[in-house]
Amino acid sequence: MAEQTAVKKSANKQNTLGYRIRRNKVCYFMMAPYFILFFFFTVLPVVISIALSFTYFNMLEFPTFVGWQNYIQLFLEDDIFLISLKNTLIFAVVTGPISYILCLLFAWIINEFSGKVRAFLTLIFYAPSICGNAYMVWNLILTGDRYGYLNGILIKLGILDEAILWMKTEKYVLPVLIVVQLWLSLGTGFLSFIAGLQTVDKTLFEAAALDGVKNRWQELWYVTLPAMKPQLMFGAVMQITQSFAVADISIQLAGNPSVNYAGATVVTHLLDYGSTRFDMGYASAIATVLFLLMVGTNKLVQRMLRRVGE
Amino acid sequence: MEKKRRRLFRRKPRKLNRSMAGNGIMFFIMFICGIFMALPLVMIINNALKPLDELFQFPPKIFVRNPTLENFTDLFVLMNNSWVPFSRYILNTIIITGGGMVGHVICASLAAYPLAKHNFPGKNLLFSMVVLSMMFSWTVTQIPQYIIISWLHINNTYAALVLPAFSFGMGLYLMKQFMEQLPDALMESARLDGASEWRIFWTIVMPNVKPAWLTLAIFQFQQMWGNTGGLFLRSEELKPLQYSLQQITAGGTARAGAAAAVTFIIAAVPITFFLICQSSVLETMTTSGMKD
Repeated sequence: MAEQTAVKKSANKQNTLGYRIRRNKVCYFMMAPYFILFFFFTVLPVVISIALSFTYFNMLEFPTFVGWQNYIQLFLEDDIFLISLKNTLIFAVVTGPISYILCLLFAWIINEFSGKVRAFLTLIFYAPSICGNAYMVWNLILTGDRYGYLNGILIKLGILDEAILWMKTEKYVLPVLIVVQLWLSLGTGFLSFIAGLQTVDKTLFEAAALDGVKNRWQELWYVTLPAMKPQLMFGAVMQITQSFAVADISIQLAGNPSVNYAGATVVTHLLDYGSTRFDMGYASAIATVLFLLMVGTNKLVQRMLRRVGE
Repeated sequence: MEKKRRRLFRRKPRKLNRSMAGNGIMFFIMFICGIFMALPLVMIINNALKPLDELFQFPPKIFVRNPTLENFTDLFVLMNNSWVPFSRYILNTIIITGGGMVGHVICASLAAYPLAKHNFPGKNLLFSMVVLSMMFSWTVTQIPQYIIISWLHINNTYAALVLPAFSFGMGLYLMKQFMEQLPDALMESARLDGASEWRIFWTIVMPNVKPAWLTLAIFQFQQMWGNTGGLFLRSEELKPLQYSLQQITAGGTARAGAAAAVTFIIAAVPITFFLICQSSVLETMTTSGMKD
């Protein structure tokens, strides 16, 4: 009996917070450099930004508290924000999953090749992401007169009679931007999948073949994907942060503001207020709404990914 | 010795579960898509080699007809005329890009190891903070960040660019995900042999996640290489190469040739780094099979 209480006591002792912290001292030391810097350069700025979203702040005068005013204006009075929100959601829903699957598919196919061919193919597919503002190529393709490559080809084939001003016609802006975004999207997720595929144990494939896996697709679903779940999670988060934050390509190809705001996204709207109108309070409110949107999506996607390979 | 020789003479194992038709289709898809993806590369290389009259040709052609290195000689002349000696820009870039990359890979990996393989109070909170931070728009946090950097008195020093780079969120997340896959038995046996956590980290964990940190190095190199110093560096002597190269292209139409050469160099450096890292990513895991 006495022994039992002694055991219980020591178990209790092991469960106290102080003890657990002291026992893992080395963990905290290892994390210290990163998290101290992270606190100063990321956590603090984010907290300050969220606080600023409740103020009027023009970057010259000291911010004045305005309560929910920015948020109320955002949802009730700002039609352009609602347009940009709609565009961003379309963007995210279309490009997010497609580009995620493309990243995975291409990484997986490239992994089938060996040696130099594989390195070369990886470079080719990663090229749009590594070449800086590579999407400028699309300016040439989409030039609005008949000398633009796309117009030229379509006219030659007899599909079009006259040139189309691609980026100045409302109904083409969003679809074109989606295509360009997909083309650009084999970036972070893609490379991490390539690296992830490298860490899948080769003996698993042999074992699976003995267990009756018959073709490459079954192998992908039952063996490869479950083995690289951590990378899939990572890729999903990167995909969300990319597809919700589309702005650069829209500004470069369609302009900001674009024709009738056809290419406006939440982030172009934010940039408009942040760097053109110097209304940082309002811009911070936009950023906070976008943040909540991404967090929600992330929760949903992570839940779905847990079921891969079942 | 015996084992080594056997591995040397082993015949290449036949790949399981692969049909010829499937391979053919895969190759075809890759070929078509590859053409599209290679477009910017092809264009940058061709533009850099075009003489001025071809650069201004209308309608523009993708392929160069009379390749020349004129653009590069023009660029070198411009570089030699710069106010700050060009070698200084190169030094700045090495410090900023190299420092930001190495520091980030080390800091992020060190922090990722306990998060992936240990249990301690506050673990989930810290990790979710990092993941969530990636979703907050960077444009908005820039202003508070500037205030904090001035407050720390590191404004207009290399530290203003390099220190924040140490703590980017993505690297920690990437490293943690890869470390999570390592079997616990690997570390347990080292622990029984009396190795300290630091030792386990350097000699067991890091070698086993080499593809991860090489990939992270690629990302971080690209990120830091693209940095022009922006808000945080005001002195001309501290600016990186990217900045001075972009200044050359800002010369407008008169410098179109040099600008094409600049675009080439700006892309060529990270591509070279990419190829070096990527080829080591691809060879590591074929040799080690430590998984459970």
